[in-house]
Amino acid sequence: MSGAAYWLPVIWTVILAAAILIYVILDGFDLGIGMLFAVERDRGRRDVMVNTVAPVWDGNETWMILGGATLYGVFPGAYSTLLPALYLPILLMVLALIFRGVAFEFRIMTRDSGRSALWDLAFFGGSAIAAFCQGAILGGVIQGVSVTKGAFNGGPLDWLTPFSILCGLSVMCGYALLGACWLVWRTTGVLEASCRFWARRLAIGLFLGIIAVSLWTPMLHEPYLVRWTDWPNILFVAPVPLLVILLAFLFVRGLQREHPVTPFLCALGWFFLCFTGLGISIFPYMVPPSLTLWDVSSPPSSQAFQLVGTAILLPIILTYTIYSYRVFRGKVTEADAYH
Amino acid sequence: MVSAASALLLARFQFAFTVGVHIVFPAFSIGLAAYLAVLEGLWLKTDKQVYLDLYRYWIKIFSVVFGMGVVSGLVMSYEFGTNWSVFSQKAGPITGVLLSYEVMTAFFLEAGFLGVMLFGMNKVGRGLHFAATCCVSVGTLISMTWILASNSWMQTPAGYSIDPATGRFMPESWLAIIFNPSFPYRLVHMGMAAFLSVAFIIGGTAAWHMMRDKRKGQPISQPVKVMFSMAMWMATIVAPLQILAGDAHGLNTLKHQPVKIAALEGDWETESRAPEILFGIPNMKTEHTDYAIKLPFAGSLILTHSLDGKVPGMKDFPADQRPPSPIIFFTFRIMIALGMLMAATGFLSLYMRWRGRLFTSPLLHRLALVMAPSGFLALLCGWVTTEVGRQPWTVYGLLRTADSVSPIMLPSMAISMTAFVVVYVIVFGTGIGILLRMLSRQPEEGEHDLSEQGTASVLGTRSHPETVLSSPDHGAR
Repeated sequence: MSGAAYWLPVIWTVILAAAILIYVILDGFDLGIGMLFAVERDRGRRDVMVNTVAPVWDGNETWMILGGATLYGVFPGAYSTLLPALYLPILLMVLALIFRGVAFEFRIMTRDSGRSALWDLAFFGGSAIAAFCQGAILGGVIQGVSVTKGAFNGGPLDWLTPFSILCGLSVMCGYALLGACWLVWRTTGVLEASCRFWARRLAIGLFLGIIAVSLWTPMLHEPYLVRWTDWPNILFVAPVPLLVILLAFLFVRGLQREHPVTPFLCALGWFFLCFTGLGISIFPYMVPPSLTLWDVSSPPSSQAFQLVGTAILLPIILTYTIYSYRVFRGKVTEADAYH
Repeated sequence: MVSAASALLLARFQFAFTVGVHIVFPAFSIGLAAYLAVLEGLWLKTDKQVYLDLYRYWIKIFSVVFGMGVVSGLVMSYEFGTNWSVFSQKAGPITGVLLSYEVMTAFFLEAGFLGVMLFGMNKVGRGLHFAATCCVSVGTLISMTWILASNSWMQTPAGYSIDPATGRFMPESWLAIIFNPSFPYRLVHMGMAAFLSVAFIIGGTAAWHMMRDKRKGQPISQPVKVMFSMAMWMATIVAPLQILAGDAHGLNTLKHQPVKIAALEGDWETESRAPEILFGIPNMKTEHTDYAIKLPFAGSLILTHSLDGKVPGMKDFPADQRPPSPIIFFTFRIMIALGMLMAATGFLSLYMRWRGRLFTSPLLHRLALVMAPSGFLALLCGWVTTEVGRQPWTVYGLLRTADSVSPIMLPSMAISMTAFVVVYVIVFGTGIGILLRMLSRQPEEGEHDLSEQGTASVLGTRSHPETVLSSPDHGAR
């Protein structure tokens, strides 16, 4: 394989991974807040929860569209096999995100007609189902997809296994944790205290989930196991689990000493490490266990053209995203309701 | 085979349904964001309260419309892969890249500044806020540009080669791909359609409030007058321009997709001095347009701008390359009729304006109210005409629709179709209900900002303390 044909897909894999990670970082707490509606019944406090993300959620969700579009333009071979293989969880996720997305406005706008509670339920249910589906989709990709001649040839329920369900539940737990930590940072009083309470419990759930998924993943395919156990690979991969444990200590200490941001950063760190671990396992496969990133990539002319734009635009996008977050920084209280 | 054919049909229905619902919201956002930018600009320049009132009134509508656009668009970005995987595999190197550019140059810009636009008036100051509004508006226009480049490339492909081994479309010249032959025409036509659709919604809303005020014997408020006047100027100026743009687009289609023109005109034989069929029922089996009412020479005159110009007939093309004429024959005619009525509304408003009866003419107000949804109806009919008219191809002349669909089993397709219909009816039904209730409230003099008002005032029941504080466990806090 010549230079560009080899390197372009590698560069793009890094960009795609970064886009997905940014999505998880930004929309994870966003979905988590929706799930935390289950433990917060007070309307005023629910409004505060929603208001901490109302100005930014559209942007957060755009990273998911970027992921889809990048897969479509740069890795059409993966886009056209993974999406049919994961048809039902993707469908369910998209429908859940629709309910959740419109609930931001609808739960306020329907207050005088008495259907507001239903849209609160839609906000909770949509967030929970979307989070579960994202985990299940991830699990479905890791466990592999049946492919012949570059096209998916399995059944509609192939993705549904104990492993993918475990991944779905872990991601639900993890997003709820991110949501709780975000609210610890961005709110005050009763809400802040209750989120600190829930953060501790959710962290235990996520920690158990991480351990289970980490032990299970290498058993799925031979190459995954080799990646984690072969000498000298082990030297490079060992820091990942060690850092997970280190972050757990920092997390507990941050909660106890009531640091505002530390728990949130630790939770994000866990997601980053899990994501790195996942990358270590499946690289260079884009559609495990058969198609590598080179098998599924579009012609170099497509990748190069898109790379030019991305190199210019992504830093600009990040700049104004940070600006937008800065405009709405600080604690949100019931006094400054956006609606 | 039966199951594969049904799956294809379902995939096509699903696409038509989801994209048909989706397109309304981005078009609404394109028009409304530009209107909001103009209103805020006028407010900054003149410092007149009425422009700020209108801005604050319409931005509430915008926030609901934009949200529905985002979620219905999310569906589209994954539907290509789930239902049309062969198309994505082959055309992804071109259409996927264009979509990625749309996300990076437009979606982020819109979403990034939407928060500031909606909630940031008191946080960033007037100048920066105006900049945010302009960014959102420019974002909607950039978005339209990319998606129309992609759509136009599927209609009139250019700048590609086909990889013999895989059948994939390989980009050769991105300039030729983006500026493909039908792109400029489609861009102008769609842009004006979005502006007109929103102008007629605004005009219809204003007309409704004026009629209600008159019935109640109240004077018409300043914001209602201003928005009616602005909407009618838009109709007066843009509706005739849109007819010219549509005509140019038609000539372009005749050049590149003659069989589409033949099908939407219901013409079977190629002839010069061709008549225009005003009404008829094209029959694909007998290859004849039944019950045709014809206007002599008009076909040649309209399509070629000359009395003895040659107009194509469907019989010139193999039967398996003809689009379904019975559908587009009618959608095309509905679009044209609505376009003419929109221009007529514009002219009537100009006459009434000249006679000083813009705010008093019951005829004009009734017409404007009835015409409120006309822009969106025409826009949807236009899209059906051009997209169904592209059949039986996804990439015109190169990739058949039947060869583009995913190898998905019928049950999955049936489940997703049902789910989309149910969910869309609930979600967008509720959304449209909310929009109508918001529009039925008059814009007030001294309209509240989205970031400072109580919930209730959005829907007109202004700040009754018991409504705001009616949470059941409020006292328990």
